[in-house]
Amino acid sequence: MTATTTLTQLDVLESEAIHVMREVAGEFERPVLLFSGGKDSIVMLHLARKAFWPAPVPFTLMHVDTGHNFPEVIAYRDSVVEQYGLRLVVASVQDAIDDGRVVERSDGSRNALQTVPLLDGITSHRFDAVFGGGRRDEEKARAKERMFSLRDEFGQWDPRRQRPELWDLYNGRHKLGEHVRVFPLSNWTELDVWRYIEREEIALPDIYYSHDREVFLRDGMWLAPGDWGGPRPTETLETRTVRYRTVGDMSCTGAVESDATTVADVIAEVGASRLTERGATRADDRASEAAMEDRKREGYF
Amino acid sequence: MGAGLTGRATDHAQRDLLRLATAGSVDDGKSTLIGRMLYDTKSVLADQLSAVEAATAARGGGAVDLALLTDGLRAEREQGITIDVAYRYFSTATRAFVLADTPGHVQYTRNMVTGASTAELAIVLVDARKGVLEQTRRHATITALLGVPHVVLAVNKMDLVGFDRAVFDAIAADFTTYAAGLGLTDVVAVPLSALDGDNVVDRSSRTPWYDGPTLLEHLEAVPVLRDPHTEDFRFPVQVVIRPRNAEHPDYRGYAGRIASGVVRVGDEITVLPSGKSSTVVGIDTFDGPLDEAHAPLSVTLRLADDVDISRGDLLVPAGSDTSVGQDLEGTVCWLAERRSVLGQRVLVRVGTRTVRALLREVNARLDVESLTVEQWHGVDTLHAVDATDTSSDASPQALALNAIGRVKLRLAEPIALDEYASHRRTGGFLVVDPADGSTLAAGMIGATLLDRLVVDAPADENDWLAGAGI
Repeated sequence: MTATTTLTQLDVLESEAIHVMREVAGEFERPVLLFSGGKDSIVMLHLARKAFWPAPVPFTLMHVDTGHNFPEVIAYRDSVVEQYGLRLVVASVQDAIDDGRVVERSDGSRNALQTVPLLDGITSHRFDAVFGGGRRDEEKARAKERMFSLRDEFGQWDPRRQRPELWDLYNGRHKLGEHVRVFPLSNWTELDVWRYIEREEIALPDIYYSHDREVFLRDGMWLAPGDWGGPRPTETLETRTVRYRTVGDMSCTGAVESDATTVADVIAEVGASRLTERGATRADDRASEAAMEDRKREGYF
Repeated sequence: MGAGLTGRATDHAQRDLLRLATAGSVDDGKSTLIGRMLYDTKSVLADQLSAVEAATAARGGGAVDLALLTDGLRAEREQGITIDVAYRYFSTATRAFVLADTPGHVQYTRNMVTGASTAELAIVLVDARKGVLEQTRRHATITALLGVPHVVLAVNKMDLVGFDRAVFDAIAADFTTYAAGLGLTDVVAVPLSALDGDNVVDRSSRTPWYDGPTLLEHLEAVPVLRDPHTEDFRFPVQVVIRPRNAEHPDYRGYAGRIASGVVRVGDEITVLPSGKSSTVVGIDTFDGPLDEAHAPLSVTLRLADDVDISRGDLLVPAGSDTSVGQDLEGTVCWLAERRSVLGQRVLVRVGTRTVRALLREVNARLDVESLTVEQWHGVDTLHAVDATDTSSDASPQALALNAIGRVKLRLAEPIALDEYASHRRTGGFLVVDPADGSTLAAGMIGATLLDRLVVDAPADENDWLAGAGI
């Protein structure tokens, strides 16, 4: 038995995230946690386990499957679901393409195509609260996002109609057909997430750590070959020592050259890095100055 | 707790966190100041900086405009204004900062109230050439109303007044006097130039007459929280944890975040509003049990007795004189486009509890734009709905967007009522529209700055405030 001393930054961030998750459990009927197998969603799941212990996590998990996933990440997802006895639903971009709800893009990227299956998944399961791992430090449109973010029946985000959020009183009331996106990691930075992973000894998919991989260069990013359509005949495969800072659709998630094999190595690397994780590894946010803002308005994560 | 205290302590393991808000307009150089803090604490990364360089070039070039680091949405960039609270993150070796960047324009007062609600410190920005303006007084008023304990007066653009000590001293004295009248006692004034970086992070050689801290030195030194041992224990129950599985067939715990104070195993507690009492027999966390825990830790409490407790209840120390009642008097800031209507039916959210309520009376109004207080004998609508015409913003007893008013609400059931002045974490409330769930107003229970201003006011004058130099 111990007594708490002064709370550190990570203690305060953890406590805030747990508070937010318990508010959702208390206020909503059918919450769901978006689980990509990426580090932010893994940290969210860890926080959910802590928030309700010794009871099990009271949320369903939903994975939006682009069909172009890293196999290591899918394996991680399935092992976690089994280990903690969780319920997983998968919203599939391939299914949406097959039945004509979305159309494949010429460049093969499916990142932007996730919005339709995401919204369809929310509607068909009647989810009323949707946990996302978004952080305000990621991108300037996210800097204005609330912890509880109301979405209309089309899943749209309207920055001018956001509810003021005062103290720790989160207003999750909504009309039928609307839902609320909830971001428990809003106040975390990328380094905070990594330091928390270190402190809590949370296991991640192997691709977050340095490994040798066949990659090719496109638009200044190291992409991995796969069914999604790369490389083109003009692009050359070569073996590099890399790791991933984010995990998303293989068509637009680039690897960074890195020798970081442990969490401590990654923290040192991230601390010294001169690029944000989105700038380094996400082609989708490079499209325009307001790319994220546009996708958020349409109902993206 | 857990691995955090026993595990591999890194350089950052003991770093704490300060929440702060900024108030000021684009004209005062607020965005430049924030950009400067991000830049000088090395919180700006290469791709962010190159995006800002590209945006600067697209507008005709020149020196990189640090203000662009903080301009978020397209409409804001097009109009050159800030329309919503944005949150910024930066850190030093000893402290991490969450900064609520709130717009200073009149029409967005609600965002300032929002940003100030969680802040332990507010930076009020003035232009050294202009001094304390009506807008500055407005920002100080909201800071005081929301009970922000620490204030920094950032006297910016000192480069444009030749770093003249007399200019700085006059502005600092002017503001400190005004702030003291509002009850703001911890005010520190810093002379700086956000554009050039003087006294923001690094000490300026151009203000040899100034021996106080730089802005960042002060932000690192301010105490984050009051000592929890001097505060009353408050614990709003969020959810009841009942696993009902083979491993924990009879476990029953009350999960929540300690809003204020300290709880120890063995403490006698009372459940409000029921008034039933019990003893804390366990403070549980995923990482193991604790003997003692303090705010703002999230924990799960187990009690000796099987008392009826659910979400919305408030646990307080046994013998506490916390009042419980159905009549809520306090101050609200109206946050909705639709004005208030006397007698309207609303929901009131206090802590984790939501109750039905009636807007019974509005009996004073602080106009934040003119800083004048109007008061009148309130018409009690509890038994006379629609007694007063509130059909226009100018009508007495109507609260339009950004209005601050003193109200009485009648609640459908009794709840615990903590005074905001002494219980900032449990004395705040929301007024919610039951029809669409929108947040209509944010409120503070009990006497606030508004009451202080009303009591001081000569009864026969409406514009006493300006006349009194407040």
